[in-house]
Amino acid sequence: MTLIDLANPTKFLSLTGRILPWLAGVTAILLTIGLYQAAMAPDDYQQGATVKIMFIHVPNAWLSMFVWGVMSLAALGTLVWRHPLADVAAKAAAPIGAAFTFLALVTGSLWGRPMWGTYWQWDARLTSVLILFLMYLGLIALWRAVDDPSRAARAAAILTLVGALNLPIIKFSVDWWNTLHQPASVLRMGGSTLDRAFLIPLLVMAVGFSLLFVTLHLAAMRNEILRRRVRSLQIMQASQQAA
Amino acid sequence: MTALAALIRRDIRIALRVGGGALIGVLFFLTVTVLMPFALGPDLALLTRLGPSILWLGALLASLLTLDRLFTSDHEDGSLDLIVMGRTPLELACAAKALAHWLAAGLPLILATPVLGLMLNLDATATSAVALTLLVGTPALTFIGMIGAALAVTLHRGGLLLAVLVLPLSIPVLIFGVAASQAAISGPLPFGTPFSILCAISLVSFVIGPFAAAASLRHGLD
Repeated sequence: MTLIDLANPTKFLSLTGRILPWLAGVTAILLTIGLYQAAMAPDDYQQGATVKIMFIHVPNAWLSMFVWGVMSLAALGTLVWRHPLADVAAKAAAPIGAAFTFLALVTGSLWGRPMWGTYWQWDARLTSVLILFLMYLGLIALWRAVDDPSRAARAAAILTLVGALNLPIIKFSVDWWNTLHQPASVLRMGGSTLDRAFLIPLLVMAVGFSLLFVTLHLAAMRNEILRRRVRSLQIMQASQQAA
Repeated sequence: MTALAALIRRDIRIALRVGGGALIGVLFFLTVTVLMPFALGPDLALLTRLGPSILWLGALLASLLTLDRLFTSDHEDGSLDLIVMGRTPLELACAAKALAHWLAAGLPLILATPVLGLMLNLDATATSAVALTLLVGTPALTFIGMIGAALAVTLHRGGLLLAVLVLPLSIPVLIFGVAASQAAISGPLPFGTPFSILCAISLVSFVIGPFAAAASLRHGLD
């Protein structure tokens, strides 16, 4: 089974139909374990119980960038290989990515209220995630502006790739512009500074959320394929009635 | 080469003649700058402090306003199809069109900057710093905006979408443009650091812009 075999939507539907319940099950189990561990994790000596927001906030923030990466791969699939499912994958990923980004912003803002004393701080990381959110919304608007799916797919693919090139530049310039947020502490040279009591539930939650993304993405792709079939059936029916 | 020079000459001529609308951008720049004191109050000290930011924001919005013209009129009269099918590489043709657009619509903004700086109570150093950063930064705005313009023209009704797509991408230019002007006026940073990064962003946009716009035109037009 290679990527090219999945180009047939019927094969894709039957395969994902078999995989999806298992994926959903594993996701639910992992998220339950992660949430339980997060609830049992000790309070931080400085931040108290609010540190538990981290277990939701950090996976969402990671995924908000990861989903753009997935969309960039799908964009390459659309433009270079003309893979028939690549534009379905890109279209289905955009709203999910926007949702993860929105959740990262909301949880970050709720965390900021007790920590910084304000819901919104124009700090570098918050601001660059907000810009990422705006770019997701622009991309969704682009998808919705065109009724021909393949034309919309190529336009969205170009915008996604330009965005992927620009996002590091935007991130760097916003960092330069203002920084107040703590520097990265989980993935960095010389090992993590996070205590194991926090690190393990965080990693479980991160894997759980990633699987949640895969599950939602596959389900959304199935919906999109079925939606396109319904649409072409409706057009066929309308043209038969006209004839 | 002659084909590209001819394309540039033609675009500038169309932009400057009746119905071209290149100078609308300057008028808009002037109007936005005049509106600012109404919103902020006529306090000259405050306007001096905010002047560089006001000018940069005005120039950004003004260059966005005219971007729509970059491909739309050529698409309507069919010459865009000729350019796409022509023997000149489409990437070069796009770069030439963007250059012509910047010469017709971007350069007047910079020429207007000293006058507007005077109205915002900026001294000679501040005005020349803003004009210099605009001279380096506005080409980046045009070349990045060209991607949005090319996407918009293939989507038929993309005019409104253009602003939403282009503005987030132009944030780095705004950040370093304003930072360089502020550094020249009040410090404490040296002017060179943000200014060289602004130059780098412009150079990157010269590469990304034409290729992305050409790809979008090639894939999108039918």
